[in-house]
Amino acid sequence: MAGLHKSDFQNPVLNWVDTRLPILTLMTKEYGSFPTPKNFNYFWNFGALAVVNLMVMIASGIFLSMNYNASTAGAFDSVERIMRDVNYGWLLRYVHMNGASMFFIIIYIHIFRGMYYGSYKAPRELLWMSGVTLFLLLMATAFMGYVLPWGQMSYWGATVITNLFSAIPGVGNWIVTLLWGGFSVDNPTLNRFFSLHYLLPFVITGVVFLHVVALHITGSNNPLGIDPKSEQDTLPFHPYYTAKDSVGMAVYFLVFATIVFFIPNLFGEADNYIPANPLQTPNAIVPEWYFLPFYAILRSVPDKLFGVICMFGSILVWFVLPWLDTSPVRSARFRPMYRWSLRLMVLSMLALGVVGAHHPIEPYVSIGRLATIYYFLHFLVLVPLFGFIERPLPLPESISKPVLRRNFPGGGGPLPTGAAAKPMEKI
Amino acid sequence: MRRLAAAAALGMVLLAGAAYAAGEEELPPFLKTNWSFGGTFAADAFGTYDRASAQRGFQVWNEVCSSCHSMKLMSYRNLAGIGLTAGQIRAIAASKTVPGDLNDQGEPTTRPGLPSDHFASPYPNEKASRAANNGAYPPDHSLIVNARVNGANYIYSLLQGYVEPPPGVKVPDGLYYNKWFVGHQIHMPAPLQDNSVTYADGTKATLAQESHDVATFLYFASNPHMDERKHLGVRIVGFFALMAGLTYAVKKHVWSDVHKATHDEER
Ligand code: HEC
Ligand code: HEM
Repeated sequence: MAGLHKSDFQNPVLNWVDTRLPILTLMTKEYGSFPTPKNFNYFWNFGALAVVNLMVMIASGIFLSMNYNASTAGAFDSVERIMRDVNYGWLLRYVHMNGASMFFIIIYIHIFRGMYYGSYKAPRELLWMSGVTLFLLLMATAFMGYVLPWGQMSYWGATVITNLFSAIPGVGNWIVTLLWGGFSVDNPTLNRFFSLHYLLPFVITGVVFLHVVALHITGSNNPLGIDPKSEQDTLPFHPYYTAKDSVGMAVYFLVFATIVFFIPNLFGEADNYIPANPLQTPNAIVPEWYFLPFYAILRSVPDKLFGVICMFGSILVWFVLPWLDTSPVRSARFRPMYRWSLRLMVLSMLALGVVGAHHPIEPYVSIGRLATIYYFLHFLVLVPLFGFIERPLPLPESISKPVLRRNFPGGGGPLPTGAAAKPMEKI
Repeated sequence: MRRLAAAAALGMVLLAGAAYAAGEEELPPFLKTNWSFGGTFAADAFGTYDRASAQRGFQVWNEVCSSCHSMKLMSYRNLAGIGLTAGQIRAIAASKTVPGDLNDQGEPTTRPGLPSDHFASPYPNEKASRAANNGAYPPDHSLIVNARVNGANYIYSLLQGYVEPPPGVKVPDGLYYNKWFVGHQIHMPAPLQDNSVTYADGTKATLAQESHDVATFLYFASNPHMDERKHLGVRIVGFFALMAGLTYAVKKHVWSDVHKATHDEER
């Protein structure tokens, strides 16, 4: 229904604005008094960190673009001009370059958090799926960004990855030509990648918005995976979680700054300091570290098409995770089997990361195949199975209960029944 | 179930770790030397360029390497970063010949260099440089340290790696045996020997000294802003360390009533 909003703000100017555009009421509701489970651990910092990281990337990227030259003849030198001659250009470039790695570290932890505490389960399925979409968009953005400096790895990485699409029957070659804008990775490719690299972060921003709206409809999950039952179970977002998120933020900037100022080429490949040369294949073509596990899955499968399917499937399977998981219990704390299988899955991912960085020789080939098999076994067989065979530990009655008990054992445990929580005057 | 999973996990990590340690390259470990700008924790965090060494390194590079290698991304003015004065830089630039504007007849001209000019290249293009070097291309030196893994130590070793080939190894004409080059056969003849240059500051020009100095200069060429970067970095990292402490204190304070209530309940 149309009509002015009735604002609670006392300040006449704020009240005037809020009456016409209730953005202040919205912010207070969503970030001030928003009731938040009181038992978050530091895993719950990473969503906020991802948003900050996105803003850092957009800010540094816009200023890089002002001096970047998207052409095969000029790209490499323009990036070096930024590094050498633009005021604080080296800072912009190192922030942007390492910001991409920071982004993936944060997102991987964020995704693990969701898997460990069952945040993908009802009613948060769409929230989870929008997150998987964000991850895919992030991968596309980072891939195209890595092509822009037009070093050897940029060029050869782009060639290898775009070529993968040719495995798709029927339309494969057509897609590849479309990506290239010609018959090989060349000037038109660089131009369209720059255009898309500039566009996608804003698409990401839009999806982040949907992600947060969905979050504020369902509310946050928490380490126990049970819903808050009463006011005792929650705290207002501000000041409790604004304070806690600030700690995470400071630590994040501390780590980020240490890398940028002291080990700026930590995640980089030496070969990317050599200008792209289509006539000379580098000794080894390695993608950025954050793609290594998926690259390893691709190479672990002997058949090209099936390899590509497995590589994309390894991420797409996350979309249906809410339905693959048959257990009603969310948090892995109360799921002895799932907890172990998840840890093994993470270990497989780490092993695949190591495998992806090496030439496909033994023992990497065998380790890669084993880890790939376990990865899919976990999602496609074990997770659906656990719902039927696993005996979850007893769940606590409410969030404030286990919080009330000191030395709460990590694995949960039987709680005295019937002991209703007493009201806490303080909150 | 638990044990089994743990054992499997451990096994996988060990296997991956062992495989990693096995490595894929069989070059001998690099020669050891101390860098003012890195290699130890203190040098990595606070170390700046040893300017005397970098200046000697520029002398080596200018007198020896620049006859084959270009350094296109560097300008003469950048030499201020290793402590050369404006006068010295002007003199160095003026001693070089760089391409000038077209003359009124539309013909290319040359002129003496200016501090704002990029380093003059020894060959007009890659083809010319290959023609002069047995078909091999002496790579541009602007980023050579960053473009090699463990670049400074690699170059330091490479320059001292010219040894007699092991018995039975035949080195074709125009190639030279080098301990630290991948495949051991390099198109670059040993560029440095003892006393290849005469240092103005009286430092003894041993092969190791020259290699150390030129590697320092090449590190500078790849990372001209390193001094400034670390200087700013110490302050920024310090600032965020302080912020981390402060925000943690604030967080504890804000949450104290929640934790206190929890404890009260417990009693
Ligand atoms: C006579 C010409 C010549 C001189 C002088 C010369 N180089 Fe080279 N350099 C070459 C050639 C040719 C190559 C390419 C070697 C190859 O690819 O086999 C090369 C390659 C290199 C490489 C790259 C090796 C690699 O990993 O690919 C480095 C580093 C290098 N030179 C450093 C130097 C330094 C430092 C000096 C001065 C002290 C110097 N060069 C002087 C001709 C020269
Ligand atoms: C989701 C956020 C983003 C990610 C993950 C990302 C990732 C990357 C990566 C990995 C590189 C290559 C870095 C290197 O090796 O040099 C890069 C380069 C670049 N990006 Fe981004 N980027 C993001 C946002 C943006 C935005 C919003 C812009 C512009 C508005 C932008 C502009 C550029 C430019 C001009 C380059 C080339 C310069 C360079 O290579 O340093 N980026 N990006």
